[in-house]
Amino acid sequence: MDRIPILRMGNLLLVTIQIDLYDRLATNLETDLVQMVNKTEAKGVLIDISALSIVDSFMGRILGNIGSMSKIMDAETVVVGMQPAVAITLIELGLELKGVHTALNVEKGMELLKGKISNYEDDLTEDDEDSTE
Amino acid sequence: MLIEREQDVVPFRNRVKEYAVKIGMSLVNQTKLITAASELVRNMLKYANGGIVLIEVLTQGRDSGIRLVFTDKGPGIKDISLAMQDGYSSGKSLGIGLPGTKRLVNEFEIKSIVGEGTTVSIIKWKNG
Repeated sequence: MDRIPILRMGNLLLVTIQIDLYDRLATNLETDLVQMVNKTEAKGVLIDISALSIVDSFMGRILGNIGSMSKIMDAETVVVGMQPAVAITLIELGLELKGVHTALNVEKGMELLKGKISNYEDDLTEDDEDSTE
Repeated sequence: MLIEREQDVVPFRNRVKEYAVKIGMSLVNQTKLITAASELVRNMLKYANGGIVLIEVLTQGRDSGIRLVFTDKGPGIKDISLAMQDGYSSGKSLGIGLPGTKRLVNEFEIKSIVGEGTTVSIIKWKNG
């Protein structure tokens, strides 16, 4: 059975979608990712869709689901590399990709994720200091 | 082209793309057409367990375009005007399929007889 590889990099998970997904592959990716977030205690998920030539409502829903599922598993999701034509189509279709952050490319997506995670960790350490005083 | 399983969706989309490229459709219009086609083919699989799609290249004066006709023998749609409303879905999807698809193409026609099936015909012009 085909699977989309999920790479782990520190506390981040990277997914690069290289082919047009058929439905089974997309739903597998959804469950695999949530399990990986759990197993690796990842704080961020980065999904590169630059190779996807179309995102329809099904794929949009999968991306949204991944975002919300990761969120309740305490991880942020960033979708990067959307093609302009795909963005135009998504909005005309009426799909807003709620619940996922987006960035122009992998590099910016990584910065965004790292920023979000470090803010979160700073908050935690500050709280710790407060409590010891 | 016969659509019976979800695995048929990707080859079908590729076929539509081939035709769109052949008539020189812009990338944005190609993407819109393929997305619309993908939505409709998914509906067909979900509600009618598949069906047949006809792909045609049209010429009208200097413009050319692609017509896709989706025919299924599913349960049909009881209330088409309701199905065309944003946010309505009889299944568990987002309910943007039909109205969203209509926004992506130039011409959209739907006919449905309850108990017999549904036919959806869409046209996307090259420069539309």
